[in-house]
Amino acid sequence: MKERLNEVKHQYEKGNLSRRDFVKYLGIAGVAAGLAGGPFGMIRQAMAAGRIRFDGWGGTTSQAFRRYAFDPFTEATGIRVIDGEFGDMDSYLTRVIASFPPGGEFNLAHLSGVFDYARYVGLEFHTKLDESKITNLSLVMNAMIEPYRKITPDGLSAVPYNLGQTGIAYNTKYISRDKAENLGASLLWDDEISGRLGSWGDWRTNIWYAALHTGQSPNDIQDMDAVWNALSAQVPMVRKYWASGAELMSLLANEEIHATVAWSGRVAHLQDQGYPIAFLAPNGCYSWQECIFVMKGTDIDVAHQLLDFMLAPEASIAVAEGQMYPPSLDPSKVELTDKIKQLPAFDPTGKLEGYLFADPEYWNANQLAWAERWDRIRARG
Amino acid sequence: MKKFNWQPWALLAPSVSAIFFLLVVPVLFVVVYSFWLRAPTGAVIPDFQFGNYARFFEDFFYPSILIRTIRVSLICVFLCLIFGYIPAYFFHRSKSRYRQAMILLIMLPFWISFIIRTMSWVNILGANGFVNHALMKIGLISEPLSLLYNEGAVLMGLIQFLLPFMILNIFVSLEGIDKNLLEAARSMGCNEWQAFKEVTLPLSLPGVSAGCLLVFVLTAGTYLPPMILGGAGNEMIANLIFNRVIGTLDWPFGSAISVILLILLGTIVWTYNRYLGINQLFNAFKGT
Repeated sequence: MKERLNEVKHQYEKGNLSRRDFVKYLGIAGVAAGLAGGPFGMIRQAMAAGRIRFDGWGGTTSQAFRRYAFDPFTEATGIRVIDGEFGDMDSYLTRVIASFPPGGEFNLAHLSGVFDYARYVGLEFHTKLDESKITNLSLVMNAMIEPYRKITPDGLSAVPYNLGQTGIAYNTKYISRDKAENLGASLLWDDEISGRLGSWGDWRTNIWYAALHTGQSPNDIQDMDAVWNALSAQVPMVRKYWASGAELMSLLANEEIHATVAWSGRVAHLQDQGYPIAFLAPNGCYSWQECIFVMKGTDIDVAHQLLDFMLAPEASIAVAEGQMYPPSLDPSKVELTDKIKQLPAFDPTGKLEGYLFADPEYWNANQLAWAERWDRIRARG
Repeated sequence: MKKFNWQPWALLAPSVSAIFFLLVVPVLFVVVYSFWLRAPTGAVIPDFQFGNYARFFEDFFYPSILIRTIRVSLICVFLCLIFGYIPAYFFHRSKSRYRQAMILLIMLPFWISFIIRTMSWVNILGANGFVNHALMKIGLISEPLSLLYNEGAVLMGLIQFLLPFMILNIFVSLEGIDKNLLEAARSMGCNEWQAFKEVTLPLSLPGVSAGCLLVFVLTAGTYLPPMILGGAGNEMIANLIFNRVIGTLDWPFGSAISVILLILLGTIVWTYNRYLGINQLFNAFKGT
């Protein structure tokens, strides 16, 4: 509607439209906006002027965004970034669906994985970005942009922002590096750490590692029975299925668990704090990328400004160092710092060859059945 | 013709409206959702059917979680009764001038967030927590005990949360006993224990039953302690509802499970009211 109004104003200024018709159009547009958005929508829009909402993973990740991207952005533009947090992708999507109108209370979100991008597009929460207004997008690795283009060939609704891996974290006081590297994914089924094993509650991650343990390709599992059997055998060995990055760090730091699937950035934080935690990226390690997704109904001009600001090398590098996940910036185009080059999941080539990402179609198609089956296995204990 | 008296209705309107919009309407939404379907994207399809209810009962997995919930709730009621009666009786018999302050201390945990109170057990029962640290320090154990992420830890978190409800209900019931009855029992030759057994205990049963009902209902609907302090196999029905709604975006099925839980708890409350009277529940809060 904003574009249409600008067009009408332009026609009026050119003299192609009478003053009377121009005022009449404004009136009709106002009523239409009121009807479409309802009284709550109008109030919300009035309140939203000069601010934008961003929802992210909380903890150290949120701190990095706030400090290195949002506060400087507000200082530069005067636009406030309201910084919300979520525990996981599924609970956030539930909140988005439950908002009024669905998706309307949210603007930008730090979504995980291309499959989440596909889910949001499937639910029609997406918008269409004008890439010419996000000039720093040209610095981003093509390998990270292409998966999104396949889903929305007409235009992106998000910009890739960082990448990471869900590998295996283990305490070197109790598990030797040799043993971990020899066992690979099967370390998560090692009897010697039974009762001191952790895992994320997420169905996708558990199935992924069960596929690796049973010698299958996670994106093309042929023998699901073997996967379920492996998971059933693993559940009694697991001390805790953690629910957030903070809980993961606490369990490892307090030695409640000695090995678990883990997010590379969180492990890097623990290593930085001096804990004897190593990160193992076994063959077929679960790699993922995160994007900043723009929700339907967002003030697109403000979104363009914020995305461009966040992708600027100064902000992107600082955020990457803060959250300890490599940025989406192409190392062949942007000189990255030594600290970033040493982060787990960093790819100096910028081509991401050899990185295994989840196939969004495959995983989303199986979500309902597999998530439910996984819950059953876990609940039986 | 008798003139319509609108005044009582006008006076009732605010509270009736509040109950209608804050309680009845949300529950109605849940009931309506429970008859709808989930689309592959996670959206809800408004198509009336009973499939969600059939799905719950066709597969023993779901009833088994309900049975586990009832079992844990009953254990929790039993433990709260044991650990609640003693302090309630102590407060009742106490002549200390600090009695009121002691009763107030029971309410103190309510001033702290339930999440924080539940999380605090991680620091008490954890591998590096207070209990293990103390036991290792005095040489009783050489390796930390596994005290967390099991049913025992869940019960610990639940009892900590629910014990005040039990204590207060029993205490108020004890306070309501006519002291002359005890004196009469003593004058007829009863010793202290016999007086308790013949007079105090039977007359405190309404408070006991009210406390048991509250503890049972609150345990059956609890979500946090199993999530924070439980491990695999310790999930209860509220966790199942959360997983269905959040994990798979299956709002209709999650709603159906919620309605089944609502019916179960409603039946228990109705039965209680039929035989014991729901007003017993409010006595505790009147007395504090």
